[in-house]
Amino acid sequence: MALLSNTAVLLGKELRTEFRSRELLTTTVVFILIVVVLFSFTFDPTSAESRRFAGSLLWLAFLFAASLMLQPCFLREQNNDTLSALRLSVSDPFTIFVAKLAANTLFLLLTELLMLPVFSILFNVPICPVFGRLVLVLFLGSLGVSIAGTALSAVSAQARMRELLLPLLLLPLLTPVLVASTQVTVGLLDAQPFMEWKGIEFLVVFDVVFFTALWLLGEYLLEE
Amino acid sequence: MTAPGFSPTGIRFENIEKRYGGLYALRRVSLEVAAGECVALAGRNGSGKTTLLRIAARLVRPSAGTVNFSNGGGNVNQAAARMGFVAHATMVYDELTAEENLLLFAKLQGIAEPAARAETLLREVGLIERRGSLVRTFSRGMRQRVAIARALLNDPTVLLLDEPATGLDPQGVAWFAETLRRLRDTGRTILMSLHGESEISALATRAIRLDAGLVMADTRSGANLRSILTFADA
Repeated sequence: MALLSNTAVLLGKELRTEFRSRELLTTTVVFILIVVVLFSFTFDPTSAESRRFAGSLLWLAFLFAASLMLQPCFLREQNNDTLSALRLSVSDPFTIFVAKLAANTLFLLLTELLMLPVFSILFNVPICPVFGRLVLVLFLGSLGVSIAGTALSAVSAQARMRELLLPLLLLPLLTPVLVASTQVTVGLLDAQPFMEWKGIEFLVVFDVVFFTALWLLGEYLLEE
Repeated sequence: MTAPGFSPTGIRFENIEKRYGGLYALRRVSLEVAAGECVALAGRNGSGKTTLLRIAARLVRPSAGTVNFSNGGGNVNQAAARMGFVAHATMVYDELTAEENLLLFAKLQGIAEPAARAETLLREVGLIERRGSLVRTFSRGMRQRVAIARALLNDPTVLLLDEPATGLDPQGVAWFAETLRRLRDTGRTILMSLHGESEISALATRAIRLDAGLVMADTRSGANLRSILTFADA
């Protein structure tokens, strides 16, 4: 019960501080918009090729957005050493991770949902018929990215060369999630949309395994 | 007068060592801080004061040795010890108001009636008029007052203070010294790092000087206590 109530309190804090400063969301939305527009110039949006590449480009853009969004996750807790205050206040440090990854997943999903219509228009790919299934992939993929990213953000925030360290650690770790998410998305954006269930199963397994690892190791990741 | 459920708590450091790579921050430090004692830690920058306080707060794991909290009933865990920690950094969020900060930490600590507790402390630290202002609009001294209020939320039995007067103006130092005096006189255990003499150091009943991670002096006698705090014999 304490885990749930403390997570809710911390998630409320994350949302409040972000919507008050709009630091992460504004930067990420603008950045991802530029990436998607630049990609759209590279491909002819009327060709079938565009439809084939769209899924990969979409996840590549989301990956850039995620690495930008995850970097400050623990870094901004260091400005006033608020992470120490949180560690002193909660009985289970896993609470801090759950709240952070819930906030990261929400922000990432919000960015993705804002970007989908722009993407659909620029790449001439209809998303309405597969919207529900697309949201499922986005959720599972973003959750995987957030779990791994939140854990690595905690590690890199305490290291030297932290700005460089997070992408270096994150990109190889996220490759399986990106491959699975891209495969499922490519299937959904096909002229004859289909669901790649094996990809969905893989995403669920990845999320469960990494969430469990975070639960077991979280305390050590926060130590100075 | 003490709060209900209050139990004086002592701290025992046994052979504490902390290494950062090849650098020793603390070397085999063994200390016992009795319940209700007010101890001043003195020493030059890098002598290990902050590390010792952070180890006591369980924010840093020692490379060797143990820290135990105990009350009349034997050893107690960190939660039962009810610690209040004031660090050099304020440990509060700039993007939240003073009241939101206190409410956040009060709720996380499971304090009953968090709003009432936050209001009481905001009044006590003299920020009730600015309760709705974002902390980032505060001066350093005002931020330190919020930090002190945060540390007192759980009515701590043990106070760990790392240069707690940072940023406070003379009136602020006088107010904080008075608050500490009240806490000391009601049986709270206080371990604080200080530089030089002040109204706050005058409250100490014992002084310990650290140098290069070693305990170099430890006294309860008035004259020696003063010399340790002012480095008179250094």
